[in-house]
Amino acid sequence: MAKVGDTVFKVRSKNAGPFWVTIDIFCGGTDAFETIAGRLTSEDVARLFDQPSQTIKRFEIPDLNVVKFSLPRPVVQGDRFDRDMHGAQWAVLLAEYDLDAR
Amino acid sequence: MQSNTSNQTTRVLVPTGALGISFAAPAFARGVESKPDVICVDGGSTDSGPYYLGTGTSKYSRAVTKAEWRELMIARDKAQVPLVIGTCGTCGADASVDWMLSITREIAEELGQTVKVAALYSSQPIERVQGALKAGRVTPLVPAPEVSEESLAECTNIVALAGAEQIGAALDTGADIVLAGRATDTAIVSALSLRRGDHAGAAWHGAKIAECGALCSTDPTSGVILLDIDREGFTVEPMADDANCTPHSVSAHMLYENSDPFILYEPGGHLDVTEAKYVSLDARRVRVTGSQWVPSDRYTVKLEGARIGGYQTTIMAVLRDERYVANAREWTEKLHRFVCREIESRMRLAAEDYDLEFRLIGVDSVLGALETKPSNPAEVGVLGVITASSAEIASEIGKLINPYVLHYPLTRDEELPTFAFPYSPAQSERGALYEFCLNHVMTLDDPMEAFRLEVVEVGHG
Repeated sequence: MAKVGDTVFKVRSKNAGPFWVTIDIFCGGTDAFETIAGRLTSEDVARLFDQPSQTIKRFEIPDLNVVKFSLPRPVVQGDRFDRDMHGAQWAVLLAEYDLDAR
Repeated sequence: MQSNTSNQTTRVLVPTGALGISFAAPAFARGVESKPDVICVDGGSTDSGPYYLGTGTSKYSRAVTKAEWRELMIARDKAQVPLVIGTCGTCGADASVDWMLSITREIAEELGQTVKVAALYSSQPIERVQGALKAGRVTPLVPAPEVSEESLAECTNIVALAGAEQIGAALDTGADIVLAGRATDTAIVSALSLRRGDHAGAAWHGAKIAECGALCSTDPTSGVILLDIDREGFTVEPMADDANCTPHSVSAHMLYENSDPFILYEPGGHLDVTEAKYVSLDARRVRVTGSQWVPSDRYTVKLEGARIGGYQTTIMAVLRDERYVANAREWTEKLHRFVCREIESRMRLAAEDYDLEFRLIGVDSVLGALETKPSNPAEVGVLGVITASSAEIASEIGKLINPYVLHYPLTRDEELPTFAFPYSPAQSERGALYEFCLNHVMTLDDPMEAFRLEVVEVGHG
């Protein structure tokens, strides 16, 4: 059992404009950064959010021990089917993701 | 405006990340005493959704906006430097600039100030954007909704995001106060510095770091940030006693609400911070150099538009009965099938004429089909969301389904259950549902051709 949220300091998500959501994983240290950077792929995130993996942008920022993913919002902000106006709760899905359970 | 000499800096005071969310008075007073060259504050964003642009209204109350703006106007009078607000009234439509102008006028009269105001209007006439689309001067970003002359005609508001050129033009009028319509968050902070010939990469990067106020510090709620931009870089310092800026807190701010943490597109070019270096000057201040501004061949401004996507009515019931809680999904699926048949037979509405969703609060109402966590709640809220082509139809559907949402039984052979309605009437009329319908840029030959600048004197005297 290696949940992303238990491995790192913090996972947060937020809209980056109405059409994108961005997820920042603050690993909090080099070891956690290497674990996440090495084991969490764009494909994992694509599967979790049910999006095509080619739309996902992935950034590794070693200076900050941050791994960041950005993806087009599964539904546009404020659409009739949007359930989270600020996109801030989507982070939880990634925080609860178990790296061992794949 | 005077050009920058080698040791000159442009000092920008940012009181808070957004007008309406408050700031610490002592920290702001310290900022004003530091003799800023300009005071800049953001007045909006798309963050709260399409309703505000759709209606041209502010998210924050007039009372709070006025109270905070009053503090800034008093400080401006004391410091005798320009006060700039961007994206007035949440959405930055013309109506919101006029709303802010009326507040400014009231305060000036109450304080006995005479103030020269430059109002920069960002709303776009539909015909202008339709013409630009026809001329191939409207370019989609990724991902962009389909756009046509017809879809543009449905927009209740379209705004273009002003950049540093338009804010600079407003400052050039010599105005005491600039009330800008929709503008990039960064442009209001960078404009004066760019006009004075500071390092362009530093001006844009510093603006991006400072535009959310103290979010770039270790005490995000303290609000006030002081930014010094010069010919080589910028220095950022929080004004609250217990706040610090660290290389981590400052560089991490590039992640915030940014899909790309290294590149930021602006009218006229983009900021590239890949090579930026962040160094602590002391416990509180961070110095940043190495940011690059890359001018673009075309001058483009981003467009935002909202239109009515339907009309909504909601209804909520809460299930507390153990059996219904355990079978909430099955219950709502049965209920949904049943009421859809009723809507078809009683109202002659086919499935494509409306949307009806039941969201299970306590089960998966936030993540829907993406939810991975099994839940075992004590109670489940059933939120029915109805979207239809008119408010009357949405309301009528709400009334039609009301008795079933209250009483629908899980099985045929049981006594009619009654669930908890939290209020009467059980349904809420939400009115128009607005949706964002543009993620495009528009090419301009002259930055001012899509913006309007008006200068007025308000207040006493």
